[in-house]
Amino acid sequence: MRTSSSRHGRGRRTAINAVAAVAVMATGTALLTGCGSDGDNGKGDAAGGEQITLRIGTFGSFGYDNTTGAKLYAEYEKAHPNIKIEESNVADGQKYWDTLKLRLSRDSGLADIQALEVGYIAEATGPAMADKWTDLAKTGGGDVGAFLDWKVKQATTADGKVIGLGTDIGPMAICYNKDLFAQAKLPTDRTEVAKLWAGDWAKFIATGETYKKSAPAGTAFHDSASGLFNAVISSQPVQYANAKGELDYENSPGVKKAWDTAVAAAKGELTAKLRQFDEKGTWNAAFKNAKFATVACPSWMTGIIKDQAGPENQGKWDIAAPPVAGNWGGSFLAVPKSGKHAKEAAELAAWLTAPAQHAKVFGVNGNIPSTKDTLTSAAVQDAKLPYFGDTPVGKIYSEAAAGITPAPISRWDGQVKTFLTDNGILDIEQRGTDPAKAWENVKKLVDDKIDQ
Amino acid sequence: MATSVRATSGGSPPPAGLRSTLYRLDLKAVPYVFVAPFFLTFAAFGLFPLIYTGWLSLHRVELGGSAQWKGLENYSSLATSEFFWNALANTFTIGVISTVPQLLMALGLAHLLNYKLRGRGFFRVAVLAPYATSIAAATLVFAQLFNTDYGLINTVLGWVGFDPVAWDSSKWPAQIAISTIVTWRWTGYNALIYLAAMQAVPQDLYEAAALDGASRWRQFLSVTIPSIRPTILFTVIVSTIGATQLFGEPMLFGGSVGISGGSGNQFQTLSLLMYEKGWVTGALGQASAIAWVMLLLLLLIGGIQTLITRSNHKRKKSGS
Repeated sequence: MRTSSSRHGRGRRTAINAVAAVAVMATGTALLTGCGSDGDNGKGDAAGGEQITLRIGTFGSFGYDNTTGAKLYAEYEKAHPNIKIEESNVADGQKYWDTLKLRLSRDSGLADIQALEVGYIAEATGPAMADKWTDLAKTGGGDVGAFLDWKVKQATTADGKVIGLGTDIGPMAICYNKDLFAQAKLPTDRTEVAKLWAGDWAKFIATGETYKKSAPAGTAFHDSASGLFNAVISSQPVQYANAKGELDYENSPGVKKAWDTAVAAAKGELTAKLRQFDEKGTWNAAFKNAKFATVACPSWMTGIIKDQAGPENQGKWDIAAPPVAGNWGGSFLAVPKSGKHAKEAAELAAWLTAPAQHAKVFGVNGNIPSTKDTLTSAAVQDAKLPYFGDTPVGKIYSEAAAGITPAPISRWDGQVKTFLTDNGILDIEQRGTDPAKAWENVKKLVDDKIDQ
Repeated sequence: MATSVRATSGGSPPPAGLRSTLYRLDLKAVPYVFVAPFFLTFAAFGLFPLIYTGWLSLHRVELGGSAQWKGLENYSSLATSEFFWNALANTFTIGVISTVPQLLMALGLAHLLNYKLRGRGFFRVAVLAPYATSIAAATLVFAQLFNTDYGLINTVLGWVGFDPVAWDSSKWPAQIAISTIVTWRWTGYNALIYLAAMQAVPQDLYEAAALDGASRWRQFLSVTIPSIRPTILFTVIVSTIGATQLFGEPMLFGGSVGISGGSGNQFQTLSLLMYEKGWVTGALGQASAIAWVMLLLLLLIGGIQTLITRSNHKRKKSGS
């Protein structure tokens, strides 16, 4: 799946997931050790050409499954009659990763293929875990050269092993509400809109000021300052880590730019003071009630807007190019070494992430592929989204993808981002904390809570 | 067992020495075998985690990594961590504003239920209903009620003319909201405990008091309260322990920022801090240190309780 919202997954997580969260807490280790840990994959006899079951662990929506996805499992099983594929899916990306870490540490309960989110890939390739994974450049016949170079680099360990094959990436645009833009006397055509802020996030803030002057009552320009922070940092060549991959958020020009932009938006009252993926559903409800005019929009966000704004708002939203191209999210498939069928699993992972399959998943689920040729293929380039008034999403997102400058990542990125957004920006936005004090508080949190 | 030894040894009885050894073994060892399952389970699921947590608290540990010796550093860094003190203070304030009204209301409820009234059984079951509700379900309902933008409570406040209260992002409103959930859940439970104690109070005391012209309220203060004092002390302790371990309510009430207890840690309790350290940032050693500090705190509270009970006993004895 694609969001890197690190503490909590994404999307439609409301009451039910909160209940699940408590269930997790209540059952504690029972869940971590028990569920899905029936580790024997080889159900048949061990002789050659035997029947085997390959288990694949995912989170969110990868779009592979046989019911709502691209039916890739059925296709693979048909071509390989001796293989049966079982997917076990967890909704919340953070809980999925916590469980996976525990299982990796004990080499038990692991699926044959495990999906990894980009927010945790630095931890997975780090010294504590690098040896737990199969080198997919050597095993399984995956064509590493087919992927975007930076995507491969993210999943490469210090000694050159490729532990994950890319699924999707998260090139980002800005989704905007045409209705609100028209009422605020802003242009509504997507090229005109993109021109308002092209090249600089400061222009985005300036557009917000213009919006505010004649904005409809009760609406804000942007959904959340923390979401804006996330969008800006995603477009920066230097983020939380230095070139060596060490955490260095305090001196990072990218963090400063994102922080200043988000603080300007919060102080200027340009945001609806929401938190993205808020479990209480306030953020979700704001889509339907048109409480804000813009939201940073990786391709997977279009699905959330469609679901939350609902059919009555069809045609009201559109997508424009972002001020600066950035990447928000994206995942990998990795194969734990300890699995009984590591070779077969690596082959399946290579097949699932091959360009042809990327194109199929894009067609069904809208995940922007991480293979070079698929990005430029007609299937992606010509793709349109009816809900957004037949916006050429494929074109917008593949252009954004071409402009992405990958930043070095560190093992602590996800955590530091949570502190910066949930305890820093959100605090300024919702509680009016002084920005300088909020920044000090973030520094204290990082020093106190990250055991480097 | 004893008989079976005799039966199998049948015709040629074993030498007297061996027999008495077996007999003694039977007498001494078998009871231990019978109680062993409990102690083995306790050792595996109670004692081992306790000791292991203690060991972890002296190390720097991450899931999947190996442990490095740190000595008491995890503890000393807690002493200087403002987040720890903040969590401790929050645990205390939330504890006080939930425990005190909860127990007072429980006393009142129990007193009412103690009267002969129609449908008493129904009311007794009814007060226990909140306790039977799951924390998750109750908190979700309250989180909706207290929702700043769409919640019923702010809507009602709006009718009366008040500004909407930021129930989750302001410190005291958030703590009060959480305390409300705790109070709602536990009041009935405590009321039933008080009721049981009140029913054991001899009726003659009330009759005597009534003859002396004491009002209902006077009877409550001078007869009921002193008679059930040990029970009150018990509920205070149990509630204090519950408040110290408060976790589910703030966690769920905070929604997406529940683990950190709100954006400014304004309602982060000790348990939440421990969870955040252990599971979110992966510092298992520090999380273990917090667990041990909580255990020590509870032992301290238990110790104080014992002292109070003892002094109570003494006072009673010297008084009578």
